Amino acid sequence: MAERRRMIPVWFFVGVLLLIYGVLILADGIIEWNHLPDTVLANLHSTVWWGALLIVIGALFVHLFRPRKSSR
Amino acid sequence: MMQFALVPAAAAGKLISLSPLDLAIIVIYFIAVLGIGFYLKNFAKSGEDFFIAGREMTAWVAGLSFLSANLGSLELLGWAGAAYQYGILAAHWYWLGAIPAMLFLAIIMMPFYYISKTHSVPGYLNLRFDRATSGLSAVTFAVMTILMSGVNMYAMAVVMKVVLGWNIHFSIWVSSLTVGVYVAMGGLFSAIFNEVLQFFLIWLGALLIPILGLVETGGWSGMVARIHENFPGVDLTHLWRGLGHFSTNPMGIQWTGIIFGLTAVLGMGYWTTDFLVVQRVLAAKDLRSAKMAPIIGAFFKMAVPFIVILPGLLALSVLPYHLVPQDVMRPGQHSYNEVLPLMLARYCGPGLLGLGITALVAGFMSGMAGNVSAFATVWTYDIYRVFFRKDASDSHYVSMGRWCTLIGLIVSIGAAYAVMGFASIMDYVQALFSFFIAPLFGTVILGMLWKRTTGKGAFWGLLAGTLSSVGMFLVVKFYPPAISIVALSSHAKMMAEDMYRALWSWLICVGVTVGISLMTRPRPAAELAGLVYGETELPSEGHLPLVKRPIFWAGVAMVLLLALQWIFW
Repeated sequence: MAERRRMIPVWFFVGVLLLIYGVLILADGIIEWNHLPDTVLANLHSTVWWGALLIVIGALFVHLFRPRKSSR
Repeated sequence: MMQFALVPAAAAGKLISLSPLDLAIIVIYFIAVLGIGFYLKNFAKSGEDFFIAGREMTAWVAGLSFLSANLGSLELLGWAGAAYQYGILAAHWYWLGAIPAMLFLAIIMMPFYYISKTHSVPGYLNLRFDRATSGLSAVTFAVMTILMSGVNMYAMAVVMKVVLGWNIHFSIWVSSLTVGVYVAMGGLFSAIFNEVLQFFLIWLGALLIPILGLVETGGWSGMVARIHENFPGVDLTHLWRGLGHFSTNPMGIQWTGIIFGLTAVLGMGYWTTDFLVVQRVLAAKDLRSAKMAPIIGAFFKMAVPFIVILPGLLALSVLPYHLVPQDVMRPGQHSYNEVLPLMLARYCGPGLLGLGITALVAGFMSGMAGNVSAFATVWTYDIYRVFFRKDASDSHYVSMGRWCTLIGLIVSIGAAYAVMGFASIMDYVQALFSFFIAPLFGTVILGMLWKRTTGKGAFWGLLAGTLSSVGMFLVVKFYPPAISIVALSSHAKMMAEDMYRALWSWLICVGVTVGISLMTRPRPAAELAGLVYGETELPSEGHLPLVKRPIFWAGVAMVLLLALQWIFW
């Protein structure tokens, strides 16, 4: 699909969105480290490690599927 | 342990308040889908592009899209609610009710769909039979799609109402118009791109619920122990043990209903003839990709209960109150369909909550986009082009498809209001499936596998199956004791009735089709090449290594499915 029309692969869009979300969520988790939300198991700081996971997945997709000038 | 502040928020008219970060995450999603739709507008110029995405999707894109088209907010909310109501029995709809059918589509049916180069399921019926059968199928599909679209809108509006406190009417109109804009711009390209995007958002937005839920309950055994404590005397954690009789399980169904009604008819019908999902596979770039796409989808489908059914079971074990059917809900109470947002709010703080809500919004978008794109295709190609304007230009049909997308949305908004009166979203959907999908499966499968099937047999069989299904529904609705005849037991409940009604309507369709076909003249065999088993040369896969053959992966999926049945027996 990407080769024939030079369309940006869908995986790239996925990566960009996850990367943006990951950065926002991780940053919030770090900033609010000492102000836990009123949720069950908030002490596990899931915001921090889930944000980091999103960054890893997003960065991987962006790297692998970034638009290139010449088609493969 | 810190307690979740549910009651005060609920009393204030909404479950939770979103932080600025949550709102930013939701807004970014809306910008992304509209941006992608705008970007793809440049690629959706011809009818082939707009309606069938240029037939150039890889197996992975088509496979994830195939699965995501079904993984709308209806699935997420409805089945999480069904899991709370019926326990793990709801997982049958993900496993036996889906996997065999997806594999059957891949291995047996896809070659005929793909080789015939049809653009839709009614289009196949037009090639195989005649305009009448195709037209009947197209009209019933259009009706079902619009109603399903309304169900999706309603489900989304419920999320907005419960979680954010938004006005339900405002939610329906604003969110559905957003979907309309991006599908009208990019057609099936837009729908597929956003479905793949949504696949990741749903998994990453909802996966924290089962993970943290199992941490809270101390694992599976801890969860089961708590459920037994909260609901003594009811088996909610076994797939088969309670299915010996209608009265020994919360769904009021017997194993025959699951095997014959769900697995053999309803599941098969939905996954192999519902154009909403089949359209995604038809967009694959070649036959092997088209066969692999449903198999890839099957593996992920087997895992979906982890983020949909398990949260429902966890809610049974951890929520300090009982959810109730929507029609008996009083102020301060919550219905089954609200279980997923409730669990989301229980575990997710700022940021993660926005991600989870975005996942639900994405699920809604995908369900809506799937319905309207399929509706636009069937209306334009199988109704408008066949019955109203045969020889218009390609650009005219693309323009019609774009307008249909918007008109279909407006009609489905009306359907959303009709859905509000039903107690359970899924009960309503199952009734719809049994009306249209079950007989259609009889017609398509006979058309593909039995070359003696005639157009007249197919038409009257499909009509008889559909009318008998609607008839059985009405009889039971106005004379409830008739359920003991339709569903074989007075203990049967609504879901069971749907399964058996589907089975009977399929049998009626097949019986009438076979009977009339034997009395009418079949088409010459030469005209059936590429359409029917025995008259179609199927490409050999013998030259491929084992790991590249679809049949190998279908076998692996079946083994996994059987293992799941054994584990949760």
